[in-house]
Amino acid sequence: MSARSARRRITNAVFVGATALATFVALAALLLILWSLVSKGAGGLSGTIFTQDQPAPGSPGGLRNAIVGSLIMCGLGMAIALVVGILAGTWLSEYGGQSRYARAVRFLNDVLLSAPSILIGLFVYELMVAPFHGFSAYAGAVALAFLATPVVVRTTEDILTLQPGALREAGMALGASRAKVIRTIIWRGARAGIVTGGLLAFARISGETAPLLFTSLGNQYLNLDLSQPMAALPTTIFQFALSAFDDWRQLAWTGALLIAAAVLIINIVGRLLAREVSHK
Amino acid sequence: MATRADSAVTRPAARWDEYLFRAACFSAATLLMAALAGVVVSLAIGGWPAFKAFGWRFFITAEWNPVTDLYGAAGPIVGTLVTGFLALAMALPLALGVAIFLTEFCPRRLAQPIAVAVELLAGIPSIVYGMWGLFVFAPWFAAHVQAPLAVHLTEGSWAARFFGGVPNGANIFTASVILAVMILPYMAAVFRELFLSVPAQVREAAFGLGSTSFEAVSKVIVPYVRRGVVGVVMLGLGRALGETMAVTFIIGNAHGLPHSLFDAGSTIASTIANEFTEATGELHTASLIALGLVLFIITFAVLAIARVLLASERH
Repeated sequence: MSARSARRRITNAVFVGATALATFVALAALLLILWSLVSKGAGGLSGTIFTQDQPAPGSPGGLRNAIVGSLIMCGLGMAIALVVGILAGTWLSEYGGQSRYARAVRFLNDVLLSAPSILIGLFVYELMVAPFHGFSAYAGAVALAFLATPVVVRTTEDILTLQPGALREAGMALGASRAKVIRTIIWRGARAGIVTGGLLAFARISGETAPLLFTSLGNQYLNLDLSQPMAALPTTIFQFALSAFDDWRQLAWTGALLIAAAVLIINIVGRLLAREVSHK
Repeated sequence: MATRADSAVTRPAARWDEYLFRAACFSAATLLMAALAGVVVSLAIGGWPAFKAFGWRFFITAEWNPVTDLYGAAGPIVGTLVTGFLALAMALPLALGVAIFLTEFCPRRLAQPIAVAVELLAGIPSIVYGMWGLFVFAPWFAAHVQAPLAVHLTEGSWAARFFGGVPNGANIFTASVILAVMILPYMAAVFRELFLSVPAQVREAAFGLGSTSFEAVSKVIVPYVRRGVVGVVMLGLGRALGETMAVTFIIGNAHGLPHSLFDAGSTIASTIANEFTEATGELHTASLIALGLVLFIITFAVLAIARVLLASERH
């Protein structure tokens, strides 16, 4: 065996080993984080987390106000994002095509997809909080909607483009208008894919902290009035984690565990749904 | 049932329906454009007093002082760029390694679950990474790296200039590490998708010429999608630059230019997150919003380049 081929072989072995090592290091680091999360957060899990509001330092309590606030704002944000996102995604797929305007919308949507979420918070502050002189759950929901919409647009367009053209032609041949074909045939066929996109968007916004800091602000009490400041899990975790009280820090870990678990579960459900569709 | 007379083309109700539906879809798409334009305009308007008061000095001075009402953005801008590029430098080799291992070398039965795990980890909220950094990584780093190092550093040496600082683990370097851990699964997942898009024939041709795996990857597969690779790098950088929560917990939140890698600092996002709701004066608020505009311009440029490169990769 020549020296050259030996060198090639050794280089190759080193390279394969290095990539395996990189994978090991990356997985180890991420598992380490998950392990800290579970070991520090699970201790605080109990029924009172869901039934009591956040406590004053030193007294017992839960995270009910934050959990309820998160659900309300994420729910309202998703409702807005689904309406706007599905319609915009439909326009891109069915009407816009490759026109210059459609390409611009698609491009800017992709940029919005990974735009810093804190800037969305600033924008909504200028748009809704400053003019009306008050932080509110409405503002928080709108900020979350801005973050969820690009995800819904992207997945909706992708899944609609996958629907066979023959379906559209068959509908039109029956005398239905384009709008009717889209609503009754194309949307129905793409239903599972759109739901998956919605779930992924929901998972994304449920952990967002930065856009809520200057919109919904936070609230130490349970609040159902959308025109008032409202607590959310991420903002409460932020406040508690940076506090000097051990019991607040414990609640922060438990809250972080709850959010991470919820995000993981939603993502897994979305994936299973998507796989079901592709197997059909 | 539809006869020819009341088909969609002739029935007025159907024509209206078509028109309205199309208009609704078009408005939704336009709303997206308006949202992005709204971000720029609102940040520009909100930040205008700061630009007017400080002019170009806003970008090149590092004094950030609410008491004297003087604001210079150089500290957070430098902090943002340093942490972003450091994080990228740490995450890039690992993410490439993971993606190459999963697409080229790993047995398929093992590769699939690992790939799914990596994608799921990419969805973990950044606040979780931030908390881990604050409570687990920073204390460890202070006790096992900074404290032993501090004994050996002599005042004024070049090493002290790089690695000096209060040994509490909250500094530019640890913030970069947390950012790197956060963007790692995301970049690995997109890299993997990119490498999977390389046609089998290209790979086979490389091996057919007698390449080793290393040669096939480094000379054929990666070059084949090189624009996409740069695109993914830019996407990762964009994430790191704009990230708020993972950084705010651990960077130490000190104003002004950082003195060393192990010194507390701030980024644009962490400064806004920390101070915006407590901003005292009009000029303070305006300066924070102006910082936001700077961040927007930086990340928009980076993300736009990323998207153009990735789009050109779709053969």
